[in-house]
Amino acid sequence: MVDVLSVVTDSVKDPKTPCWDDLVREDRVHRSLYTEERVFTEEMVKVFGQTWAYLAHESQLPEKNSFVTGTLGLRPIVITRDRKGGLHAVFNRCAHRAATICREEAGVAKSFQCPYHGWTFRNTGELVGAPWPSGYGADFNKSELGLGKVSRVESYRGFIFGTLNESAPSLEDFLGEAKPWLDYWIDRAPDGEVIVRAAAHRMVYRGNWKLAYDNGGDGYHPSFSHRSLLEMASRLGDSKDMSYFGKTPDDGAMKIYSLGNGHSVIDQRPNFDGPGSIWANQRPQPGRERFEELIRTKYPEDADRLLDISAGAQINLSIFPNLLIIGNQIQVIEPLSVDKTQLVWNATSIGGVPEEVNTMRMRTQEDFPAFGEPDDQANFEEVQRGLAVTEVEWILMNRGLNVDGWQSMDETGVVVSAVTDEIHMRSYFQEWLRLMNGARA
Amino acid sequence: MNAQTDYSDTSRWSYHVDADFYADLDRFADLFTADWAVADVNVARSAEGFLSREARLIDEARFNDWIELFTDDCLYWVPITPGGGNPRLEVSHAFDDRRRLTDRVFWLRTGLAFSQIPQSRTRRLITNVEVLDDPGSGYRLVRSNFIVHEFRAGVGKTYPGWYGHVLAPDGDGWKIRLKQVNLLDSEHGHENLTLVF
Ligand code: FES
Ligand SMILES: [Fe+2]
Repeated sequence: MVDVLSVVTDSVKDPKTPCWDDLVREDRVHRSLYTEERVFTEEMVKVFGQTWAYLAHESQLPEKNSFVTGTLGLRPIVITRDRKGGLHAVFNRCAHRAATICREEAGVAKSFQCPYHGWTFRNTGELVGAPWPSGYGADFNKSELGLGKVSRVESYRGFIFGTLNESAPSLEDFLGEAKPWLDYWIDRAPDGEVIVRAAAHRMVYRGNWKLAYDNGGDGYHPSFSHRSLLEMASRLGDSKDMSYFGKTPDDGAMKIYSLGNGHSVIDQRPNFDGPGSIWANQRPQPGRERFEELIRTKYPEDADRLLDISAGAQINLSIFPNLLIIGNQIQVIEPLSVDKTQLVWNATSIGGVPEEVNTMRMRTQEDFPAFGEPDDQANFEEVQRGLAVTEVEWILMNRGLNVDGWQSMDETGVVVSAVTDEIHMRSYFQEWLRLMNGARA
Repeated sequence: MNAQTDYSDTSRWSYHVDADFYADLDRFADLFTADWAVADVNVARSAEGFLSREARLIDEARFNDWIELFTDDCLYWVPITPGGGNPRLEVSHAFDDRRRLTDRVFWLRTGLAFSQIPQSRTRRLITNVEVLDDPGSGYRLVRSNFIVHEFRAGVGKTYPGWYGHVLAPDGDGWKIRLKQVNLLDSEHGHENLTLVF
């Protein structure tokens, strides 16, 4: 057996000579990465903190001085717009004695007054003042006592990311080959405007956060993990959406693309043929028939396009470490502890379409959180239970590895393979390893 | 789909969920947040009896019988936004018209939903029942508090909240036009919400 405790302990003690490499191999990873408290604690510092993590969407900060609370790993943060509209992320941690300074989910505030002893901070982090300043000595320096900040915050077309790593590449370089896929997703909105709605499905499971990321690029599981949904979808005869995962997925038209930096995408669009096909294959939503008639009558030229964008985007884009774009949802992985995670499914509407399209998008976005994701999360929890077996040490991710003719690389370095290839896990664990080994740039 | 399609089977078609259907929800929300006079004891007793029967069907997992309590134009609604919010622009835990409710029951009974293997065992307590007969529509509105206890896979959970039922007259009795389930912590994180409320 791998002496996990010494690997972890040594790596923590001496980040310069880490030995995480023993735990991540070409075709497998060690169970301790999902079960060990100390691994989790390290991840919250080195993975969530030293690379770009998704923080929030700009539509959640609609005006000057808007704020929304969130997390960066386990750190509570407040993402803010300043009075000129610039984006910031401050730690939700008073510089005095650590109380959170903001206890609301979202709102508008130029400054935050800590409820404990009343220190007041601007929404950009500077300390405005502490009550009864004469109680402090001459060395009390307000300029040194601002809120801690996420030092780099950038937005790509509304998606706000942050990192504490000054040497990290630019956000655009980090997104790299994931960018065109994110563009495709955003540009389904006629004017590129995506709006995160107030209500979100917050789905908690008793398992490690990586189980959700593993699943984001898993084209192997649907015919099994989602059997109930596939059965349900054929209740009314013809099969709807996703049942194609059941036909020879190994040599089907669907592919997975390993995009670098731990990102990947499953492209389901080859299963659809032409305008209107995504809509036609969507499991039926409440109001579907009346809506389709209305759209076809009022917008005969544009109907197929409007109907298609009322259904899902048909790509599963995973951006390491915490962003999963699935359907029309912006899904965020929030680690709570080594064996507890919250997945937040942010529903979106879009600009530039008739209001009925957005209502239908809401009904579309209720389907998978109800009948799909719960079965996956049940399986995540059972994985976590299975991992209690200390004697069987490895989690396999070898499907597709060394299989002739599966993988090919294009000129940009993107590797494409059969959708059931576990290349998603193999590639993101290389990025995980790089970060855990203390890489900066 | 064409002009000849007969949409009357609402377990297959959803032609009736339109702007008026959503407007009704706003109207019901206004009524549910108003103060009501204390109902006649027989009316109250009859409403309680209806709720108790519905509760028992769910708790005994008799979902095929449960769904028969609903009208063809029903809605089983578990909002995320407390009180309901605006479902036109917000997602819900459940926004089930007759077709999706039929899907839900079918899904629960596939025996393949891993989130329901093992199946949830539930028992619910319903109290503070109030009744308003709406003379305009002929509907009977029933407001109540609930606590649903769930046991599944070795874990016990408790879900408090309030129900808003809109009942439509049906022969000598009533059917459910709307069942709105208002979880106390509806907008917060939940584990496995696949149980029936
Ligand atoms: S902890 Fe914030 S003012 Fe004391
Ligand atoms: Fe899945």
